[in-house]
Amino acid sequence: MVDIAVSDMSIPSDRLAAARSFSRSDARFRALTATAAFIVVAAFVGIIIALVSGSWLALKTFGFGFLTTEVWNPVTERFGAVAPIAGTLITSSLAMLVAVPVGIGIAIFLTELCPSSLKRPVGIAIELLAGIPSIIYGIWGLFVFAPFFQATIQPRLIEWFANIPLLQDLFAGPPYGIGMFTASLILSIMILPFISAVTRDVFDTVPAVIKEAAYGLGCTKWEVMWQIILPYARIGVVGGSMLALGRALGETMAVTFVIGNAHRINESLFAPATTISAAIANEFTEAVGDLYLSSLIAIGLVLLCISFIVLGLAQYMIAILERRAGGRSQ
Amino acid sequence: MNRGLYARRRFTSRVFLTLSVLAAGFGIGSLALILGTLITRGLNGVSLKMFVQMTPPPGSDGGLANAIVGSLIMSALAVVVGTPIGILAGTYLAEYGRHTRISFVVRFVNDILLSAPSILVGLFVYELFVIHMGHFSAIAGAAALAVLVIPVVVRTTENMLLLVPNTLREAAAALGTPRSFVIRTVTWRAARAGILTGILLAIARISGETAPLLFTALNNQFWSTDLNAPMASLPAVIFQFAMSPYEDWHRLAWAGALLITCTVLSLSILARIFESRRLSQ
Repeated sequence: MVDIAVSDMSIPSDRLAAARSFSRSDARFRALTATAAFIVVAAFVGIIIALVSGSWLALKTFGFGFLTTEVWNPVTERFGAVAPIAGTLITSSLAMLVAVPVGIGIAIFLTELCPSSLKRPVGIAIELLAGIPSIIYGIWGLFVFAPFFQATIQPRLIEWFANIPLLQDLFAGPPYGIGMFTASLILSIMILPFISAVTRDVFDTVPAVIKEAAYGLGCTKWEVMWQIILPYARIGVVGGSMLALGRALGETMAVTFVIGNAHRINESLFAPATTISAAIANEFTEAVGDLYLSSLIAIGLVLLCISFIVLGLAQYMIAILERRAGGRSQ
Repeated sequence: MNRGLYARRRFTSRVFLTLSVLAAGFGIGSLALILGTLITRGLNGVSLKMFVQMTPPPGSDGGLANAIVGSLIMSALAVVVGTPIGILAGTYLAEYGRHTRISFVVRFVNDILLSAPSILVGLFVYELFVIHMGHFSAIAGAAALAVLVIPVVVRTTENMLLLVPNTLREAAAALGTPRSFVIRTVTWRAARAGILTGILLAIARISGETAPLLFTALNNQFWSTDLNAPMASLPAVIFQFAMSPYEDWHRLAWAGALLITCTVLSLSILARIFESRRLSQ
C-alpha cells in the first residue's frame, strides 16, 4: 500500500532521510512478522522432527513389525503398537457413534425447536462447556461415572446380552467400571459441545428462503431438517465432526483416568485397554531404558500421522464450505 | 389429500423431533451433572488452607499453594512468550500475505496445531529441552504451554484484523503513514478488543492443560519458584492426587478441579464480554 519512492532528488534531504528511515523500519517490521509466521511452521516441523528422531531407535529395532505386534513388555523390551492404536481407534469411533447423532440432535433442538428466549443461554452454555479442561471429565469419569456404571448399568448389559451371539462377546466379562466402553462414553460427552456448536453454526447459515419454500410445499418439520437443512449443511457437519474426531483421537486426560491402561486387545468393550495418548501419559516418566522411551515416542508419531490425516481432511472440508459461502455472498 | 400418508409423516416428524429433544436433554443434562458434582465435591475441599499450604504427603493436611503458584508462573511465562509471536504471525497473515501461498501453508499448519493432540507438544518439548538440559524444568513446561498459546492467538488475531475495514488503512496511508505505522497505530488499535479476546481464550486453554506438562515440568511436592527445576502445576497435581488411593488427596483433587474450572469459565465469560463490547462499538 505504501511503497515510498525515494529516488526523486528534488526532495529536501531531511525528508529523504525520513522517508529512508521509514522504509527501513517498514522492512524491519515486515521481516519481524514474517519471522513470527515462520516460527509457527517451524514449531510444526519441529514436532515432526522431534518425534521421528525420538522414535528412530524403536523403528530401527522393530522395523515394520512395530505396527503389527501386540506385545508390550518392558521387561523383555519387546514393544508393538497394535494395542494402543486399536484402543485409540475403537474408543474414538465409539465416541463418535454416540456424539454425532446426539450433537446433531442438540443442534436441531437449538435451531428449530428451542423457544427463542432459551436459544442464547443454551447456546452460550454449550460453547462454555467446550472449554472445560479434559482433566475435569477424567476425574468425573473416574469417581462418579465409573462406580455408577459398574454398580447399575454394566451388570445389566452383561446379563441382557449374555445369550446373543457377537454381543455377548462385546459386552462380556467382570464389570470393572473402567474400560474401553466407559472411556468412549466420557469421550463422547467431551466432544459433544464441539459437534453441536459447529453444527448449529452451519445450520444457521442455511438461507431461510429454502426452509420456507419446503414448508410451503407442505413438508413436516422433520422433513425440512432431514431433507433440506442437513443436506445443505452436510460438508460443515462432516468437517465439524472430523475436528471433534481429531480431538477424540488425541485426547489424553479424559481417557487416561478411566481406560485402565492394559496393553492388550480384548474382545469385550468392558475390558481395560489403553490408547496411544493414555499409554504415553501413564508410562513416559516411569519408562526405563532408551528402547522403552523410544517406543512410546514412536506410538506418538503414529498418533501424529493419524491426527494429521483427520485434521487435514477436516480443514479441507471447511475450506470448501468457506469458498462456497464466499461465492454465494458475492 | 392422502390423510393416512400425512398422518404417518406427521408421526415420523414427531418421533424424530422428540428424539432430538431427548438428545439435547441427554447432552445438556450430563454436562450439568458434571458441573454439579464438581461444585458439590469441590466445595467440600475448598478452604483458605488450600491457598496457603503446600501439597501434603498422603494422610496429612495441606493445600495446593505450590501448585497454584506453579501454574500461574508457567502460564504467565507461556503467555509472555507466545502472545507476541502469535500476534505478529497473525498480523503477517492478515496484512502482508493475505493471498500468498506462504500464508496458505502457515494458516493450514496453524489450524492443525490448534487441534493437534497436546501430548505430542509435550513430547516435542521433552526432546527439545528436557533431554538437552538433562532434567525436567519449569522452563520446559512454559515452552510447551507457549506452543499451545501461539495457534489460538494467531487465529483470533488474523480474524480480527480481517474485520478492520480497509477504508481505515487507506485513510491512514493517504496521510503518508508508512505501512508498519498504519498496522501498529490504526489496525492493531481498531482490533484491540478482539485480540485481547484471543489472548484470554489462550489463557483459558492452557490453564487446564495437563498432558504437555506431565513430562516437561513434571511435578514438585515442595514450594519452588526455580525456573530451572521441576515445578508443580494444578493439573499435574490433580492427576497425581486423583489416581492415588488416599481420601485426603482426592478431596484436594476435587477442590483443584473446581478452581481450574472456575478460572477457565470466568476467562471464557470475560472473553465473551470483550467480544460483545467490540461488536457493540
